[in-house]
Amino acid sequence: MKILVGIKRVVDFNVRIQVKKDGSGVELGGVKLSINPFDEIALEEALRIREKGVQAEVVAMSIGPTDVQQQLRTALAMGADRAILVETADAVQPLMAARIFLELAKREDADLVILGKQAIDDDCNQTGQMLAALWDRPQATFASAVELKHKTLRVTREVDAGLEVIEVDLPAVVTTDLRLNTPRFVKMPDIMKAKSKPLATLKLAELGVAAAPALQQVSYAPPPQRSGGHKVESVQALVKELQDRGVLS
Amino acid sequence: MSKILVIAEHDGEKLNSSTARAVSCALAIGGEVDVAVLAADGQAVCAAAAKLKGVKRVLRVARPENGKPLAAVLAPQIAKLAAGYTHLLAPSTTFGKDLLPRAAALLGAPQVSDVMKVVDAHTFQRPIYAGNAIVTVKAPEQPCVVATVRTASWQACGEGGAAAVTDVAADAALPSHSRYVELKQDATGRPDLQSAPRVVSGGRGVGSKENFAIVYTLADKLGAAVGASRAAVDAGFVPNDLQVGQTGKIIAPDLYLAVGISGAIQHLTGIKDARTIVAINKDPDAPIFQVADIGLVGDLFQILPELERELDKL
Repeated sequence: MKILVGIKRVVDFNVRIQVKKDGSGVELGGVKLSINPFDEIALEEALRIREKGVQAEVVAMSIGPTDVQQQLRTALAMGADRAILVETADAVQPLMAARIFLELAKREDADLVILGKQAIDDDCNQTGQMLAALWDRPQATFASAVELKHKTLRVTREVDAGLEVIEVDLPAVVTTDLRLNTPRFVKMPDIMKAKSKPLATLKLAELGVAAAPALQQVSYAPPPQRSGGHKVESVQALVKELQDRGVLS
Repeated sequence: MSKILVIAEHDGEKLNSSTARAVSCALAIGGEVDVAVLAADGQAVCAAAAKLKGVKRVLRVARPENGKPLAAVLAPQIAKLAAGYTHLLAPSTTFGKDLLPRAAALLGAPQVSDVMKVVDAHTFQRPIYAGNAIVTVKAPEQPCVVATVRTASWQACGEGGAAAVTDVAADAALPSHSRYVELKQDATGRPDLQSAPRVVSGGRGVGSKENFAIVYTLADKLGAAVGASRAAVDAGFVPNDLQVGQTGKIIAPDLYLAVGISGAIQHLTGIKDARTIVAINKDPDAPIFQVADIGLVGDLFQILPELERELDKL
């Protein structure tokens, strides 16, 4: 089987984001960029399926400028067999990303596409669902457990009410939640090995994907700050104030 | 004038409270607001939706396949229902997050996720970078505006409405490639952390897995859900699905009681929309006090039993 995994380059999760003074965006100059953490989990899951003895090729795919190759090399070092970069200098929103991934899924005749449930930069949580819709295939979002049985996936999903189990036929799209697995660390010899793995680049313009309607980003602002209240001296005073605020009724 | 369709979240019997919050957002956009209930039967859910203040019509789409919330089954019907509407909304719960992008893609529309504020009928504010920045986005008018509503940012709309309930058909070919198996719910009977109106969370200061019993006891007294800081989860005091914060659950209860939690930034990100934050900590300089509405400095092992006794008197 063939498993495609989406890899998005994002600002590293340890970076504290600052909004530019003129509100035109967030400061991205010189900040550390990494693979979106949910995408690392997606790749780890694909590798685990392969390591369980399923004949599978794992292909890492990304969309972005030329130097996203660096993150794809990391994906190859983790264990992906090969990688595809769809090159574009423009920011790509979820509907457009879904159209691009659809084209790749068709070209590759994919059996399974695993994506992170959301990217930690725009926090949209849309691409997997949109890809599944356009592909007219099942979606299993927010997965915390995935079990492959022949041509069927049994997926445990983290939903607000608890853990929901669904069964979907392949080909399908799975999006990962935090608790699906813990991604492996990359070892030095694997980094060397990754240098010789195939990494294909395609220009977005040559892919034949029509531009999708998009949201216009008007302005950016820092979040409103919450100011602290005061301290009380006793449990009785605490209970009284909670009563006055009406939160105990 | 805007014509807005809100997709109701429910469990087949009861309307989920997130729906009323999404209706509030719809009312802020302005215009006519309809609510769609897709269910196997849905009579009781429709009756509850019809009472929501400001709702004009309730559309009931009853068919056996709608008995379970499978996005692949519901989305094609919703794409049909959206014809004639300027806006399509759903709560940004796991239900809405799963469902609405699938409908948006079928409509060929981009989606605005997690609307926290309406600027005008096509312009919205939403959080990015885990809430560390707010972006204002403008959605194209065509084919229609599709958005999920960040429930923590909106109060439930009131009751007192009397909308008409209409049976409608949303004829769409439904797939058989996705099958619902089961829902495993928390057997403790405690409220769900994500949606509970009250939450008691414990941190490293609680000290051990055994000591966490004191947090559970207080939570049960308050009818609250139990949460924890990352430090408490990493120390193995509680399972990691109780983690509140940037990498855990982002919640907005009416009452958040932080016990023995110092208040690392990543934790505060997860609670900053709570209506009232109470902090109990022995360190008077703990950062949690900078965001808490009410702080109490002291030993939690003395304060919590005393608090329970005071609550018993009410």
